[in-house]
Parts: sequence; structure tokens; C-alpha cells
Amino acid sequence: MSGNGKDFEPRIVGFLCNWCTYAAADTAGVSRMAQPPNVDVIRVMCTGRVDPVFILKAFAEGADGVIVSGCHPPNDCHYQEGNFKTFRRMPLLEALLQQYGIEKERFHWGWISGAEAPQWAQLVREFTEQVRELGPLDWKRQVESKE
Amino acid sequence: MADNGKLKLGLYWAASCGGCEIAIVELREKILDLDAAADILFWPCAMDFKYKDVEAMPDEHMDVCLFNGAIRTSENEEIAHLLREKSKVLVAFGSCAHEGCIPGLANLFDRKSIFEHAYLEVPTVDNPEGILPQTSFQVPEGEITIPKFYNTVKTLGQVEDVDYYVPGCPPQAPQIWAVIEAILSGNLPPKGSVVGASPNKTVCDECKHDRVEKRIKKFYRPHEIIPDHDACLFDQGIICSGPATRAGCGALCTQVDMPCRGCYGPAPGVVDQGAALLSAVASVVDADTEEEAARIVGEVVDPVGTFYRFGLPASLLHRRKLGG
Repeated sequence: MSGNGKDFEPRIVGFLCNWCTYAAADTAGVSRMAQPPNVDVIRVMCTGRVDPVFILKAFAEGADGVIVSGCHPPNDCHYQEGNFKTFRRMPLLEALLQQYGIEKERFHWGWISGAEAPQWAQLVREFTEQVRELGPLDWKRQVESKE
Repeated sequence: MADNGKLKLGLYWAASCGGCEIAIVELREKILDLDAAADILFWPCAMDFKYKDVEAMPDEHMDVCLFNGAIRTSENEEIAHLLREKSKVLVAFGSCAHEGCIPGLANLFDRKSIFEHAYLEVPTVDNPEGILPQTSFQVPEGEITIPKFYNTVKTLGQVEDVDYYVPGCPPQAPQIWAVIEAILSGNLPPKGSVVGASPNKTVCDECKHDRVEKRIKKFYRPHEIIPDHDACLFDQGIICSGPATRAGCGALCTQVDMPCRGCYGPAPGVVDQGAALLSAVASVVDADTEEEAARIVGEVVDPVGTFYRFGLPASLLHRRKLGG
């Protein structure tokens, strides 16, 4: 983490489903769409496979923001209903994170299909700026406080 | 062991309610067996010992120390270090020492907000001068000091090296006795193990209610519903921590139709009890649209307090963001 203000480069972890958003991110890269390099992409087979632990652990270990993105419901999911599990789980996790004091602007979950590369690039641009605006989360520093 | 062949035992309470001490007394007539097998060298709740008595002991003088309570103040931490020094085996005894327990829910707040609430805002408090606890205070006779109240509640394992963990709020008497027998026989598992509980099962495995994996449209809090005695409480829309919680209590709460609250800590292999329970809750939601899912899970009041009721300090995030 490189301090506050404009120097600060947010570290964002993106859990992208293999069949939709990962394909979009891949296309966005291959097509050289302009986007900041702040998202560390982790490819998962399905967003329904994203255990809330992954997201909590990302924040606990230094992520400033987290993105979960997969196939549009109701019909795009490669496994038919993996994204249903996601939309049942994520609102609850969102409420949980807010109770922990993690701003809702640091966590984005949603849908981008394989054909929506420009939308991915736009999300990365907007989300990175949104998180940059909030500054570093720096969770470890908080919990290691001797006070 | 002492010259008389007895085990040298210490018991301590840090930030706790005293329930763990009651749990020891719950051994009933077996407490006589305990007395026959062990000399109690330190037990502030029940017997008159002073810290200086412990300080005077040689290192590793006690064979076993059962430490209950979380680390809330500098005193708790100081005595944790002292007892580690003076004990061969340090056991985090009960949910508070194991994972923070109910006192750990204060990690949703910080020292300032807790003091302001407890000493200024509570209706029964009469404190016109707005005096808050100070760690040191000058009186004519000299300086008076009290321990520092930390922002964050920690588990024993977060401040000291712990040999074994005994879960439960409080640990159940038969389990306590099994642990004492294991200690006496020297038949102990590898360091760092959870003892006095199941090594591989969840509360659901011990629960008598029938699970059929129904999908549910609405969550109920325990006071809003009279549950069916035979059907799974989760299937009835009552959030039950059973699926995410280690077995060992005998599913006591669900026997009387109260949902499991999760005091035996994360199930074996579970990294974060709250995250596991959150997934379990979301998986029974009967919603085929995002709006409906959001409405149903929106009925869960206080997700952190529900999913981490006994384990917030031990969770991945430990506490609410300070200053946030």
C-alpha cells in the first residue's frame, strides 16, 4: 500500500467466473481496452463457488476492494443455477461487511457476460477510482493495534 | 506432579461471566475425584490466592492451568503471560478463551463508544461530571492505577502460546471430566488440538431433529415462532448454528427446540464459523430473483451478532474497523 491521496494505488481482488466475466476480462485485455492495472483477477469456475471466506480473507490480508462477477441470471449460468447461489449469498455478505465497518463501495458483485468486455473495462475504471477515493483499508494495521 | 503424586492445577478467569467456574462445580460428586487427583494451586473465583503467590512459584510449577475468559484488559493479558510461564500445559478453557465468546461482541465497538455508553448514556447511570475510567489517578496518598481497557477483545491464543482448547459456553461437565482424565493419564493429542469436543462432527450430527432440506421463504427469530419438535429448526426458518458448529455439547439447545447458537466454535475444518453459517443460511433461501433473495436475507437481523455470536475475535476480520 502506497499511502494516501493520489499516490495510493488500490489493491483489488476480482473473483471472476470462468464462463462469463473472465472471458469478458480476457477479451478486454486482448482488445487493448484502457483499464487500470489494479485488479488481481482470480478465475473461479463459477461465482457460486465463491465462499464468503474468500472475500473476508481478501479484506483481512490487505485488499482495498473486492469484485465478484459472473453470468447474468436467470439463464446464462454454465451450471444453470450457480449464480442463483451467488445472489442469495452476496446481499447477506454485503450487510455483514457493513457491520464490520467496510464501506459498501469497496465491495461490488454483479454480472458481466462474455460478450460485455467494454462493460468490464468500465467497471474496472470506475471501481478503481471509487476505491482510490476511499483510501487504503489496511485491515491488518487495525487489528494489530496494541490499544 | 507434586511429591504426593497429585496433579498441580491452576484455574483462572479473565474477561468471563463465571459460567466456566460453575461448569467445574457441575462435575458434582466427581469434584471429589478431582480433589483426590489434583492439588489446586490457584483459583481466584473459589479460593483465596493472590497474584503474588503465583509470581513466587518457580517456572512451570503448575502441571496444568485451565484459563477461562477473553483478553479484555491489560490485567487479563499480564496474567495470561504469568500463567503461561508458571504452567507446563496452558489450556484455553471455554468459549471466551478459545474464541472470544459474548465479550468478544464488543469488538463491534471500541473503548470510547463502550465507555460513553456504559458510563454516560445508560439511563440508570448518574454521572453528572462525565467521569470515565482513568488508568491512573492521583490521590493524597499517592497514585492509584487500574488496568487498561483495550479497544479490542482478544482470545487467549492471540496473546499467548496455548497448548489445548476446550470449547463451549460453558464446556459441558462430562467433556470437562474427559479432558481431566486425559490429562491425568497423559493421553493427550498433539499440541494446539481442540479437546473435550468431537474431532470430526457438527452439532447437526448429534441433533435429533429431521433435516429434509426444505427451502424457506421467511426467517423467524426464536420468539416469533413455536417450532415443530421433530423437524429441523433450520428447515422451519430459524437460524441455527448447528451446521457450522463443532459437536460435543450433545445438541443440548436443539433438544429443547432452541436453535444452536454456536458456542462450541467452528466445525472441524472450518476457517471462519460466521462465513460457513452465512453460506448455510443463504443456501436455504427460496428465491429465484435477486429482489426476492435480497428481501428474504434482509430479514436477518444483526448478521455479525448472529453468525459470530461466540467467535468474533477469532474470526478472519476480528473486529469492526476502528474509527469507522
